[in-house]
Amino acid sequence: MSTETPVPPGTSPASPAEDPSGRAAPDSGAYLAVEQSPEFASLRKALRSFVFPMTVAFFVWYALYVILSAYARGFMSVKIVGHINVALVFGLLQFVSTFLIAWLYSRYADRRLDPLAEQLRERVEGDHA
Amino acid sequence: MNHLLLAADAHSTTRTFTISLFVVFVLITLAITVWASRQTRSAADFYAGGRSFSGFQNGMAIGGDYMSAASFLGIAGIIALSGYDGFLYSIGFLVAWLVALLLVAELMRNSGKYTMADVLAFRLRQRPVRTAAAVSTITVSIFYLLAQMVGAGALVALLLGIKPGQTFLGMSPDTAKIATIIFVGVLMIVYVVVGGMKGTTYVQIVKAFLLMCGALLMTLLVLAAFKFNLSSLLGEAATKSGKGAAFLEPGLRYGKDVAGDATQTFYNKMDLLSLGIALVLGTAGLPHILIRFYTVPSAKAARKSVLWAIGLIGAFYLMTLALGFGAAALVGGEAITAQDKAGNTAAPQLAQALGERYLGGSTGGSILLAVIAAVAFATILAVVAGLTLASSSSLAHDFYANVLKRGQTSERQEVQVARVSAFVIGAISIVLAIFAQSLNVAFLVALAFAVAASGNLPAILYSLFWKRFTTAGATAAIYGGLISAVVLVFFSPVVSGSPTAMFPHSDWQWFPLSNPGLISIPIGFLCGWLGTLLSREPADAAKYAEMEVRSLTGAGAH
Repeated sequence: MSTETPVPPGTSPASPAEDPSGRAAPDSGAYLAVEQSPEFASLRKALRSFVFPMTVAFFVWYALYVILSAYARGFMSVKIVGHINVALVFGLLQFVSTFLIAWLYSRYADRRLDPLAEQLRERVEGDHA
Repeated sequence: MNHLLLAADAHSTTRTFTISLFVVFVLITLAITVWASRQTRSAADFYAGGRSFSGFQNGMAIGGDYMSAASFLGIAGIIALSGYDGFLYSIGFLVAWLVALLLVAELMRNSGKYTMADVLAFRLRQRPVRTAAAVSTITVSIFYLLAQMVGAGALVALLLGIKPGQTFLGMSPDTAKIATIIFVGVLMIVYVVVGGMKGTTYVQIVKAFLLMCGALLMTLLVLAAFKFNLSSLLGEAATKSGKGAAFLEPGLRYGKDVAGDATQTFYNKMDLLSLGIALVLGTAGLPHILIRFYTVPSAKAARKSVLWAIGLIGAFYLMTLALGFGAAALVGGEAITAQDKAGNTAAPQLAQALGERYLGGSTGGSILLAVIAAVAFATILAVVAGLTLASSSSLAHDFYANVLKRGQTSERQEVQVARVSAFVIGAISIVLAIFAQSLNVAFLVALAFAVAASGNLPAILYSLFWKRFTTAGATAAIYGGLISAVVLVFFSPVVSGSPTAMFPHSDWQWFPLSNPGLISIPIGFLCGWLGTLLSREPADAAKYAEMEVRSLTGAGAH
């Protein structure tokens, strides 16, 4: 799903009538310029390099849990302490990993994504003003 | 305690309490709705609550929208009867929020306006993609709505303890069920038509608060009953369930091993995987969840609301674990199935048992039962209102304003159409639910998730992340995912050819799985990809640039 290829020059600008919200015709030149700027490329990279691997990671981790629940019942039924077995701990770890990923993303977005996005937003909106 | 539940006096006490509490809830929410209607002037107010909610408020509302009666009563019931497997369900429902958090919420908040289709229509051709998105939004919402409303009818009869042969306010149990469906339907129409997104959001916030308090109180009482020793709670639950250690392991309900039938065993395991994948990928494609991201002022607030939602929903599902195992241990499987074979009354029965134990005998039991029953009603109302709002928004904003009128309509007209749509969709749902009330339609919730994951999610993700994506790709993904999920379920054992099917006496079943996701989700993604590659129309690079900049930075966002 890579979209890193640069936009071919001379692409026709969007017709304002097609705008979904009926806003004033956007200055598509300003958007194109920002989209092709190195700062925007680094924001895109910062976002994608976090969310894509993290999505793959939690999906594989969850799939592993479901597959083990379906096929590795012997392993899942091993008791750890008292009546608490591997299946229960594995399930609780899914909660832990979900909370952890949410927290990591929130921290990452606050520190890495928001400042970059804010700068670029000002640049686009400044162009309009 | 079953005989106590049947005892006429305890029963009527509970009924009076339940009905009084519920009336209080309805009056408060109606007052909020009327107040909200005075604050609702523009289209942005009606569709998106004026984008004025804070991240925390919207997080609560998302919880109120998402934690349906199916997850409160249903999951507690599955855990109470089938043990561990109910936990599998709740884990899927929670992990799903990471898709929304990482890939969808913020980008969608920045690029859309009122509906799911806004994101697709940003750079694709308006009319085909909006039509497809409206069809899918309304289908998903009505499936979900029907399951909730039919469930409401059955639940009210159970919660008020109306037994066959008895009457309630002069109505037979069947009449009482129909009356409940109509009552729930009329209320949801009022919330949406009068209060719009603002009113609906507050109803969901109040409900989420009540649900969390109710669940927390019961969880603490259950844990106290076992001196905060999780292991002894589990041990007691396993013993009382009559199923022993297997009760605490996966496999009693999903992915069952059938001795001597390798084919059926294989299908059962595939069905479990299919359910798991649809649960995780479905949430971020549910229209009534997606439109909640528009009610906050910025992408950062959308992120905060998902973080709050993850915290609330996670805490809630952890508590259902205590409720389910608590019900198994303190009420017992036999007493639960005697009330309801599907286990939907496990949580209310547990409330009664806990009330008797800790709040002073049978009166205490009646009071706690009444509180939890009223919370369950509130839960149903908040969810159906959210679904009605999502489908009427899409009908008015996508289909009427942008497909029929090609964007040539005033805000006032559009909102009027949205109100009429809410009324019509509500009325149709009431009629359908009355017809469906004797059928087993519990599978419709899973089907709604499967359609959302197979049709909506691919279209949204491609649209946000794939530059080359085209109109043909979007319509192919939505229709391909929607049709394949619905067709597969139609020929599955949940519709015909099994004793628990919707039509148990007919048999046209050939698809072996109850959940279509394993097949229909890849079909949806494949259709979106092929549709894009095969279409001659080039992607609009300038529009994509605008959308990408806007979705990542919030520049020019509504």
